[in-house]
Amino acid sequence: MPDATGLELIAQGLRDRNPDAVLDTLHFRGEATISVAPAHVREVLLALREQGYSFLASLHGVDYYPEEPRLSVHWQLLDMSAVDRICVKVRLPLDDAHVDSVVDIWPGANHPEREVYDMFGIVFDGHPDLRRILMPEDYEGYPQRRDFPVGGEPVIFTYNEDKIPGWTQ
Amino acid sequence: MSTGISDYRRREESTSYSAEPAGMGLEQEMMTVNMGPHHPSTHGVLRLILTLEGEIVRDIKPIIGYVHTGIEKTAEQKAYWKVIPVVERMDYLSYYFNAYAFCGAVEKLLEVDVPKRAQYLRVIHMELNRIMSHLVWLGTSCIDLGAIGMWWYAFREREQVLDLFEMSSGQRMHTRYFQVGGVIEDIPTGWAERVKRFTKTMRERSQQYSALLDKNEIFLQRMRHTGVVDERTLIDLGVTGPLLRAAGNPWDLRKADPYCSYEDFRFRIPVGTEGDNYDRYRVRHAEILESCEIIDQAIDGLPEGPHITEDRKVALPPRHELATSMEALIHHFKLVTEGFRVPPGEVYNAIESPRGELGCFVRSDGSSKPARVHMRDPSFVNLQATAPATRDTYIADLVATLAMLDPVLGGVDR
Amino acid sequence: MEITRAKLGAPAVEGGGEEFRIQQQRARDMLRGDLTDAELEAYVEERVLTTTLDKVTAWAQGNSMFPATFGLACCAIEMMSLPGARLDIGRFGFEAFRASPRQADMLILSGRVSIKMAPIVRRIYDQMLEPRWAISMGACCSSMGVFNNYAIVPADKFMPIDVHVPGCPPRPEALAHAILKLRSKVQGNPPRGWRERYEAIGTEEVVGAADRPGVNAINVFQSGETQGA
Repeated sequence: MPDATGLELIAQGLRDRNPDAVLDTLHFRGEATISVAPAHVREVLLALREQGYSFLASLHGVDYYPEEPRLSVHWQLLDMSAVDRICVKVRLPLDDAHVDSVVDIWPGANHPEREVYDMFGIVFDGHPDLRRILMPEDYEGYPQRRDFPVGGEPVIFTYNEDKIPGWTQ
Repeated sequence: MSTGISDYRRREESTSYSAEPAGMGLEQEMMTVNMGPHHPSTHGVLRLILTLEGEIVRDIKPIIGYVHTGIEKTAEQKAYWKVIPVVERMDYLSYYFNAYAFCGAVEKLLEVDVPKRAQYLRVIHMELNRIMSHLVWLGTSCIDLGAIGMWWYAFREREQVLDLFEMSSGQRMHTRYFQVGGVIEDIPTGWAERVKRFTKTMRERSQQYSALLDKNEIFLQRMRHTGVVDERTLIDLGVTGPLLRAAGNPWDLRKADPYCSYEDFRFRIPVGTEGDNYDRYRVRHAEILESCEIIDQAIDGLPEGPHITEDRKVALPPRHELATSMEALIHHFKLVTEGFRVPPGEVYNAIESPRGELGCFVRSDGSSKPARVHMRDPSFVNLQATAPATRDTYIADLVATLAMLDPVLGGVDR
Repeated sequence: MEITRAKLGAPAVEGGGEEFRIQQQRARDMLRGDLTDAELEAYVEERVLTTTLDKVTAWAQGNSMFPATFGLACCAIEMMSLPGARLDIGRFGFEAFRASPRQADMLILSGRVSIKMAPIVRRIYDQMLEPRWAISMGACCSSMGVFNNYAIVPADKFMPIDVHVPGCPPRPEALAHAILKLRSKVQGNPPRGWRERYEAIGTEEVVGAADRPGVNAINVFQSGETQGA
């Protein structure tokens, strides 16, 4: 992990390239996170890739409900020679959940991006095959959003078995 | 594909791999074949859409999601310590690793110090789990190759590992042995000796596996120079674990970024040279032996001390304290009814599972339930290597390559 | 050797003393030549041919079932250790796992069934030939277990299940016990078709001939219709 100073240096390097790119930096529990404006994600990721963070370890979505902007995508980058991790994060509003795809940079982002689209409804512009991956293709709704009900069925115990329809008849 | 290939295979390739199909020089028609989700050799409910030209696979598209369980969603509904059994059921061959990835992330958020004895016990269990996972992989892959005898031998040893798990935790699979802050119980008397006995047997048995497989002509012909993917492609695809090590990159988080006292142990990382199926087999086979090494060292150097953290805000108080101490009773009540609260923040904890980097992302909003749990499962990412590994090879090699990639569909779909 | 304990004075036969006495009486009548044509025929049919043949068939079917090779999740690993050296389910004649549902008599639902998988599981069950049996192994496909959420369906919602096995995952011994339970159920000679067995006559999903000419089979989809993919 880069220390807090190293993180600021990386962020400063990114700001020198594009003053609007980096919104915020966070160093928490030894982990470095850079918040990036949605429009500049791709160039930041490319710049970090040039700096050695060339392995995309994980790509996942997060729903920050009830905070705004709600949705978020995280890219966990790894520098294999320095054994160094950095997290790039972008916050997206619900009504404009678009972010650039990185499949052409890291082909391994294909499935994770489809998963984030499936679970959160975040559209990755430029993805070659953006379809649902885990849920059936005709499924409606995005299950991992915090306002999506968990679903399931009431568990039948003796005290409520007469209240659950279709069970005792 | 020139050296070390048998005459039979070369003859076969000289006819089938020609630019023009034998005969009239007409363009052959592509055929699309569906394989799965109910297929005995897809190791679960994986569905593949194959585009074939004769017997040669030209394109392959995995379709997944058939055991999507909503584990990440369910984890958001439960208190932190109740999430452990839920995430354990994700990749069902490496349950200790799943539990550790989650517990380690929560420990990072809580800044809890895990006692040394607990760390060693975790290492022993994880390495036993690694052996077990590789044994199941070996058995099922050999069934796919037609060597059904290997399956019986591999599952014989697997039962011994499961007996050890049952002895220490009471369950064969999904043991829920790891707890936030340590392990739930100390090991019973006689367990350490049994583990030592097991590692001794395992070393002998692994020699028997070598005798059966390493120089087996049929096995060699199916394995060597099939499913080759080079290191650069694998890294771009995000593939880790034995697949990457078979391609020659010694990337292993246990060495590179030691967690859970792995820096105390002396072990080697097996690497392959070519990245074909045979290298994958040899790497995993050698990892079984290295795991035996680690287990022996951990048992010999097992430190005395508590098996779980003394922090009563996180770990349950021992049973005898409940009878005497009011405070212990309150802690017990709080932990069991509500669970512990975790300071807000986000962490990503990555460990080396039998299939590669298993990462757990936990976001806490300060309550007693996680706001988001994401598991970066190695199988999910490694599955993308199916297409480059099987493109332009025979459909018969596809089954062997798929077996050697070792995807666990519970981990793929989560 | 099976030991039957009976109360003193009561005959050691199922059905109680009264029925036994009637049977004895009819046997005596038959031997004496008192039974007439219709009665004699009924007697012979009941005693010799159908009853005995059905029982033999049920005994044979119960003792040699071919399960379908069908693994879903965690339980599949425990199911796989069933034919292994320790448990050796081959002792009971259940070790021949068949890859094709057409050759299988029994479906072991081993693991969680997602909403994406449920139509496929049902289709595999429909492809099996009668008499067919199903074991739902583990908490997930019996009652959804810990995963009571949007993605999972219990197996009873979309197909008939003969034996449920509790556990998460059940030990292989528990599955072996379930298999023996199923064996005694089969040997008890229940109705062969599952619709008769579970009073589900009239639930056949026959595609009407009016809107789709030529298709009248059960759960057969026309090309172009993807189910659940």
